[in-house]
Amino acid sequence: MKKLPVSKIQELFAAIRAQQTLYIPTDDASGQARYLPWQEGMELTHALNTVRSAKDFFFPQTENLVEFKLKGKEIEIIDSRTEQDDFVIFGVRACDARSFTILDKVFLIDPIDTYYKNRREHGTVVTLACTQPEETCFCTTFGIDPADPEGDAACWIAGDSLYLKARTEKGEKLLSALDNLLADADEGEIAAQQKATRDIAQKLPFAKLNLAGFNGENLNKLFDSKKWPELSEACLGCGTCTFVCPTCQCYDIRDFDTGHGVKRFRCWDSCMYSDFTLMAHGNSRNSQVERFRQRFMHKLVYFPANNEGEYGCVGCGRCLAKCPISMNIVKVAKALEGEVQ
Amino acid sequence: MQELMLAKAKELLQNGTVNRVLGWQAGEFVYDITPAVFESEQDLDAGFVYNEFCGNNLSKYLIKESRKEGKVLAFLKPCDTYSFNQLIKEHRIIRENVYVIGVPCEGKTDGETLKSKGVKGILGAKSEGDELIIDTLYGEQRLSKRDALTARCLTCKSKKHVVYDELLGEEGEEVPENHRFEEVEKLEAMTPDERFAFWRGELSRCIRCNACRNVCPACSCEKCVFDNPASGISQKAAADSFEENMFHIIRAFHVAGRCTDCGECSRVCPQNIPLHLLNRKFIKDIDAFYGEYQAGEDTESRAPLTNFTYDDVEPSIVYKGGKK
Amino acid sequence: MQDVNQFKPKIVAFCCNWCSYAGADLAGTNRLQYPADVKIIRVPCSCRVNPMFILRAFQRGADGVILCGCHPGDCHYTTGNYYARRRMTLLFSMLDYLGIEKQRTRVEWVSAAEGAKFAATMNEFVAAVTQLGPNKRLEDLRCKN
Repeated sequence: MKKLPVSKIQELFAAIRAQQTLYIPTDDASGQARYLPWQEGMELTHALNTVRSAKDFFFPQTENLVEFKLKGKEIEIIDSRTEQDDFVIFGVRACDARSFTILDKVFLIDPIDTYYKNRREHGTVVTLACTQPEETCFCTTFGIDPADPEGDAACWIAGDSLYLKARTEKGEKLLSALDNLLADADEGEIAAQQKATRDIAQKLPFAKLNLAGFNGENLNKLFDSKKWPELSEACLGCGTCTFVCPTCQCYDIRDFDTGHGVKRFRCWDSCMYSDFTLMAHGNSRNSQVERFRQRFMHKLVYFPANNEGEYGCVGCGRCLAKCPISMNIVKVAKALEGEVQ
Repeated sequence: MQELMLAKAKELLQNGTVNRVLGWQAGEFVYDITPAVFESEQDLDAGFVYNEFCGNNLSKYLIKESRKEGKVLAFLKPCDTYSFNQLIKEHRIIRENVYVIGVPCEGKTDGETLKSKGVKGILGAKSEGDELIIDTLYGEQRLSKRDALTARCLTCKSKKHVVYDELLGEEGEEVPENHRFEEVEKLEAMTPDERFAFWRGELSRCIRCNACRNVCPACSCEKCVFDNPASGISQKAAADSFEENMFHIIRAFHVAGRCTDCGECSRVCPQNIPLHLLNRKFIKDIDAFYGEYQAGEDTESRAPLTNFTYDDVEPSIVYKGGKK
Repeated sequence: MQDVNQFKPKIVAFCCNWCSYAGADLAGTNRLQYPADVKIIRVPCSCRVNPMFILRAFQRGADGVILCGCHPGDCHYTTGNYYARRRMTLLFSMLDYLGIEKQRTRVEWVSAAEGAKFAATMNEFVAAVTQLGPNKRLEDLRCKN
């Protein structure tokens, strides 16, 4: 484990920036926390987490896939991909770091999504341990330790020091390049802070949230629950929950007609939208109840059933904070508890 | 007030005036309140709530609710009644199937607003005089009620209901000095370059979640043009600045003259884009060009965009200037 | 000789079938000159023009958009242009509010007898847009290359 004084954090950023692009969570002009490329003087946000998740780095909201150009009777096919430069994301929280593992399970299984893989390979994730969880946090439900985040390298800010620890080869490489800034440190120095964070995590409103029974075996029971219409009654059918979610990974592929060619792009889709799963024969989910059910069944039942019990949620709390009508995965899980326990 | 409303709701359920109640349901915290339909007294006792966090405008739900069997009781705040009236005018709500009870509103707050004031880890809140005492994970915090108000409530246009079958509590007053066009004027005073930079900064954050559209009581089309893939619209792709401009201009234009300025669009925006500033620009222009008009104030008058006079201003007023 | 590098704006002109389109016709038969980069789209009435049409024209590469209809009072459908007048006033004001150059949009009333006015209007509008340069603020980059 290494450390450096927090007062020198800008020097650390400058040193990373000298090698590759660095993104940090910062407050933008409107006062919202978001990841922006670090420039001199840019400071870390005080907010616990960014409004949008960090999945954008590997799975951007819109991504060009391929272009077609018409030349007489010929169609030219152009791979619009550009070689990705190496980049570092600093300050990713434990929940978002776990979301990458979940996205990997979708995009890096056969057939591998080469667009995602390309970005993933070039990105180094530096996580930052939480010290002040919000009431909407429930990452511990999914076995995530906010005081000991995953990632290529992890950081802790305790007292006047920033502690860093490499967890993967990529992390080692990054830290060894910064060696002249860093001093050696002992793991014990962060123990008190970790304990404090874990104590708060124990006291969070959803610390006791129990997802036992949400698995493939109870699929039919949950699917047929009478609670769905009531739960989804107020749902507006907007895409807020899916777009702020770090693990939602559905996308649509569309063609944009430029007038002299076609640009094929993919963009995030939302199971809450009326044209989601629209096919030639029509749509298999025609009501908001069905769409709503799909979102939560996917996260709490289908995903764990197909991925050794791993849920499609990391408990970051974004949907809890952002849903216009305050309906969310926790309320759904609590309402359906009775069906399976 | 909540007790009064509960008693009233139960009474109307009992005597058969209505068979269900549209109101607000308590959530896991103090602020995460969900609109809900209550069908029995037990339901009401289990979750009905009315407090300073009940900001959702319930009018739009009545489009669907008023088409169901029986009569529904709807609790509407003053600004909700404008939306309700506007929907009546557009024949979207079946009036006979709704029993409207006007409830007073002293301005609302929400979780996001409290957090923007630096409150972290909200566990609970109670009001005490002019103050909101917020219980948090990190100790107790106090905020004056005025500071806790959402942005839209700071420029409230009226605390008076424009429609109701019955009123609970004291009727409020209109607020003529609401200063709601101040922000618009500030933008108008900027140079076009500054305005362009301002709106690019705001609109580029749009994630095309459509929450602004879906929550809007004026956006009640059965099929939105932005949901029609055949219309050539990249509904979900926040790919290009053009798409963002297009969506937000057209969204605001489609509700121009019908928007009651309830402020739901800005409330729900997960990216905090001040969308109400687009709607207010239209309201301000309509007032200036065609005479003062408040959508939802009545159910008979013609809306500004379905009306005209022979001596309306010419569009050249925009690019040449001239009398307003 | 004309400078080949000189910026020549693309203009979309929505013309109502009954007055302005006929006005354009008259300008043609009278051999009045106006720039060839004005592309006319015939619409049944000026009020057929949806605000989206104007934005779409900009998206697809227009540098200026002009709407021409019958003079107020002369609408073939009696009142169509009165509605168009209100819509366009509000739309143009909104575009200005978003910081888009207000000289790029215009409404002119041109009757079937006003061939000369049609040509003069187009010449003037093209000159104004030429001065502004290419449309950057409402362009769609995807259409460019």
